[in-house]
Amino acid sequence: MNALPLHAGDIAIAAVVVVLDAMLSIMMRLQMHRALAIASLRMVVQLVALGFILRTVFAVDAAWLTATLVLAMTLAAAREAAARPRQRLHRGHFVASLTSVAAPSLLTCLFALVCLLPAGAGWPPQFVIPVVGILLGNVLNAVSIGMTGVLESVTQDAPAIEARLLLGHTFRTATGELQRRAVRRAMVPLVNQMSAAGIITMPGIMTGQVLAGMDPLQAATYQIVLMLLLAGGSGLAAILSVRLVLGRLTDERQRLRLDRLSDG
Amino acid sequence: MSLSSSLSSPSPRSRYERAQGLIVEELSGARIGPVSFALAPGGCVALMGPSGAGKTLLLRQVVDLDPGSGHVVLDGKARETYAAPEWRRRVMLVPAVSGWWASTVAAHFPDEALAEASRLCVAMRLPEDILERNIVGLSTGERQRLALVRALVAKPDVLLLDEPTSGLDADAALAVEGCLKDVQRGGTAMLIVTHDPVQAARLASTIHRIEDGTLRTA
Repeated sequence: MNALPLHAGDIAIAAVVVVLDAMLSIMMRLQMHRALAIASLRMVVQLVALGFILRTVFAVDAAWLTATLVLAMTLAAAREAAARPRQRLHRGHFVASLTSVAAPSLLTCLFALVCLLPAGAGWPPQFVIPVVGILLGNVLNAVSIGMTGVLESVTQDAPAIEARLLLGHTFRTATGELQRRAVRRAMVPLVNQMSAAGIITMPGIMTGQVLAGMDPLQAATYQIVLMLLLAGGSGLAAILSVRLVLGRLTDERQRLRLDRLSDG
Repeated sequence: MSLSSSLSSPSPRSRYERAQGLIVEELSGARIGPVSFALAPGGCVALMGPSGAGKTLLLRQVVDLDPGSGHVVLDGKARETYAAPEWRRRVMLVPAVSGWWASTVAAHFPDEALAEASRLCVAMRLPEDILERNIVGLSTGERQRLALVRALVAKPDVLLLDEPTSGLDADAALAVEGCLKDVQRGGTAMLIVTHDPVQAARLASTIHRIEDGTLRTA
């Protein structure tokens, strides 16, 4: 693969457009120029740092180092997903998020290794880390929407849920509608992403590989495999997160335990 | 009446093995109790007391909707031996504000109960076509009576009613009371929370007052 080399000068040219945005923001008093500048700088620093870290990790090429990085990424994703809902679980909030992020991501990552790598290739960090990254990013999305869907609706739905409990319905039946609604909401982005792929958007992995000189059809195949895995992983994550959170909101007598919720 | 003083056997299970109806002993939870009372089959007890005294919390304790401690026994069997949904089917609470989960009224009733529901609706002076209507658009009083109908068609052994006629005019309230008396004659035990001493006297044989979370027999 012969990638086109880019330099600092190219970054400067691309930055001109952002500087233009910032000037417009000052002129129109949008008060966005500060946030824009900080976000741009953060992005540059983070990506350069990532480049250096990945270069080191790839050079060392040791399983323990790859595993450590994967673990750190997973914890960060779980933390992000747990931070979204404005209502939190008193106990087990992070554990619910971590389980729903980690289990589907690692499962789909194994599938990716089987699909995309030749047998006996091992666990090359050049492959594992970007794949885990893209899986975590999508799964995180599904988990945060799933958890938010339950945690931010359950208080409002409580009278309807308790009405069913009082009539002798099980907690599962009583929360069935809430559960389905939350899972559906969490799965919408991945359905959208797949429907739009290739017509409205050119997906990131394919874009990158085509820019880097790969044959478009081969790049498309690669993207298809990844997108199916992303959809599968996100779907599992949506269901898992919603069920784990609902499980925390009940007890052995099938009560609705809103006392286990707390604000932000 | 309080049973806690008149019974001395140490094990609650053996003590109540032959007792019929609902027995509540030393029931307590957050801001409520300990409370003891008994409810015989076909009997009716009224529960009165100022707002915020814990009437609603007590009823939620009895149906096991809030965590707490104490003994509750139905027909000689302890509450813990029932699965929670089964317990709530037998000892059913109709709260003061009703909850609805589907868009039509009929969807809140099991199909086989629709005929019975329709009969009860007429008896409670609800419009004939009310089961086909949407929940949105019903008045508070209509919802309140429908929630009662929904509980009655489930045929519980014990009914706990939290202010069942608070939003109703006098005629409708009397119609509801008539239905409640029919149910009572069928052997259902009843506990009714009310602010109306006249209603309490009309329906109940015993009146308990609740103050600061504990029970006094009036």
